[in-house]
Amino acid sequence: MFIFKLAFRNILGAGLRTWLNVVALSFSFVAIIFLQGIYTGMNDQVEQATVDAFYGGGQFWQRSYDPYDPLTLDDAHALLPKELNALVQSDQATPILIRQAAIYPEGRFRTILLKGIDPLQKVLSVPSILLMDGQGTIPALIGSRMAKSTGLHKGDELTIQWRDVHGTFDARTVRIIAVVKTSVQEIDNGQVWIPLDQLQSLSAMPGHATIVVLRPSISPPGISSGWEFKSLEYLLQDIHTAVRSKRISASIFYIVLLFLAMLAIFDTQVLSIFRRRKEMGTLMALGMTRANIIELFTLEGALHGIFAAFVAALYGIPLLGYVAKTGWELPGAADAVGFAIGEKLFPTYSVALVAGTTALVLLVTTVVSFLPTRRIAKLKPTDALRGKMS
Amino acid sequence: MELKTEAANPGSPHSSVIKTHQLDKDYRLGLTILKALNHIDLSVTKGEFLGLVGPSGSGKTTLLNIVGSLDTPTRGTVEVLGQKVESLSHKEAAKLRNNHIGFIFQTYNLLPVYTVFENVEFPLLLLGIETPRRRSMVMDALEWVGLADRAESRPAQLSGGQSQRVAIARAIVKKPELVLADEPTANLDAENSHNIMKTMLQLNEDLATTFVFATHDEKVIGYVRRKVTLVDGRIEKDEIQPRH
Repeated sequence: MFIFKLAFRNILGAGLRTWLNVVALSFSFVAIIFLQGIYTGMNDQVEQATVDAFYGGGQFWQRSYDPYDPLTLDDAHALLPKELNALVQSDQATPILIRQAAIYPEGRFRTILLKGIDPLQKVLSVPSILLMDGQGTIPALIGSRMAKSTGLHKGDELTIQWRDVHGTFDARTVRIIAVVKTSVQEIDNGQVWIPLDQLQSLSAMPGHATIVVLRPSISPPGISSGWEFKSLEYLLQDIHTAVRSKRISASIFYIVLLFLAMLAIFDTQVLSIFRRRKEMGTLMALGMTRANIIELFTLEGALHGIFAAFVAALYGIPLLGYVAKTGWELPGAADAVGFAIGEKLFPTYSVALVAGTTALVLLVTTVVSFLPTRRIAKLKPTDALRGKMS
Repeated sequence: MELKTEAANPGSPHSSVIKTHQLDKDYRLGLTILKALNHIDLSVTKGEFLGLVGPSGSGKTTLLNIVGSLDTPTRGTVEVLGQKVESLSHKEAAKLRNNHIGFIFQTYNLLPVYTVFENVEFPLLLLGIETPRRRSMVMDALEWVGLADRAESRPAQLSGGQSQRVAIARAIVKKPELVLADEPTANLDAENSHNIMKTMLQLNEDLATTFVFATHDEKVIGYVRRKVTLVDGRIEKDEIQPRH
């Protein structure tokens, strides 16, 4: 206990040197927690937005459907089995028919996915209710990215060409009745949404769908054939992989921050050991063992970490709390990363994140504080008293 | 103020505190071997006020360091308070210093970030003495050296004489049997040197603490009761001086 008391006195007595280290180390604490909070928040936000807008509580896919293979779309449609129909009737699920089509915005050819959705569905956050307002033409919804990439605006009319169930080409004009501002790319880029019954009729596929999205928390019914259930975990795996890969790059930054902070502690310890040799000699003459002195110097270094945690808490809690509440405004370019983040990112700080980061920084600080003190084990008291290093 | 005698192992009035036999200390300087101490036979009894005198390089500090268990001899034996220094482990040597020996250095060696009180308190913390008793022992020691009113000062705020008096208080606060002082007045002016020597002499008389000095300061030599002169690592003269 007295060693702790001495270490405490020593680092308080070192004045400005101590506080400079403590403040530098506290920056690392706050920056590491902030960065990790950003990635956790990003993960949560992307996941939630995508679930709300498109994945729901999981999806049933018509067996031929493969979202990564457009050639499967011709055959990826079927009548709903009665189990799914029952869920659709009770607003617990919504069917979506997906067809390949082509549009010609500004005279250029472009392939798209034409998606039919029930305008009255309540399962997804897609504002499908707007599709009720047709005014004589087929109403269509597009996302803001789609509008930007095609130069389309609300009120524009657009020719859409597709093939029906018999392979016959057909074309119609649709009117963009709204451009939906959404952060979820799964419902935006390269997609045009029209009412489900109209797409079924145009494609000669009455009652058909490609996927059926379940409301969250609905248990999937057992269906014998033709449809396969894709759990939320399965649907989110691409997002999780992408977040994980971004987390790896963040970890490099994390390590650099930790390394810089540790360099400051290591440097202070090395300097202390060289500058305080005479003091060590005096401590030995007064009856301290080398082990006591190693313990004292290690503890002094480790106390920097503890002080830094307190200082970080002083300004970090209000600062990170404010950012978590108001969000971190993202630059426009962030939209291009392919995540459903939106304009603001809200970091998430869990108790495990804060406690884990604090424990890690304290552990690394203690180890880094200990490493230079090993030289003390070789120190001869007489050399130390003369200010020499043995 | 009087400091009560309460040594951990006072022993009998004429018991041997230091006993060296054929003590040698060699230093290797490249290919040359320098004999810092050469066949030193010395016996110091309890309560002596002994000065090791001699020119620079005569071996005074080396002898003091070995007696203080800060260094080990190359050959020969050293017994301090019944313990053979040459066979002590680092831990045992630290324990000997902690329990029984006080050190006073030429450059005071006060711990700069501690107050005067904390500097004097330090050896008692190492001994694990409880707070109330520790406080009273520190204040007694500070009163003894006349610095009770500077207890909260930092070493940087003290003069050289005051710093050395704090070092003396730190050396005697645990009431050791033996105090080793290496050139304690070398950095002080004449007046402060005399004051310091008078203080130590008083402590020697009141506590029967054995004092051994290494010095070549003529002002100090006049105070010592026994003068051991070292030349080139050998004892040239060992004489008792008359009291003033």
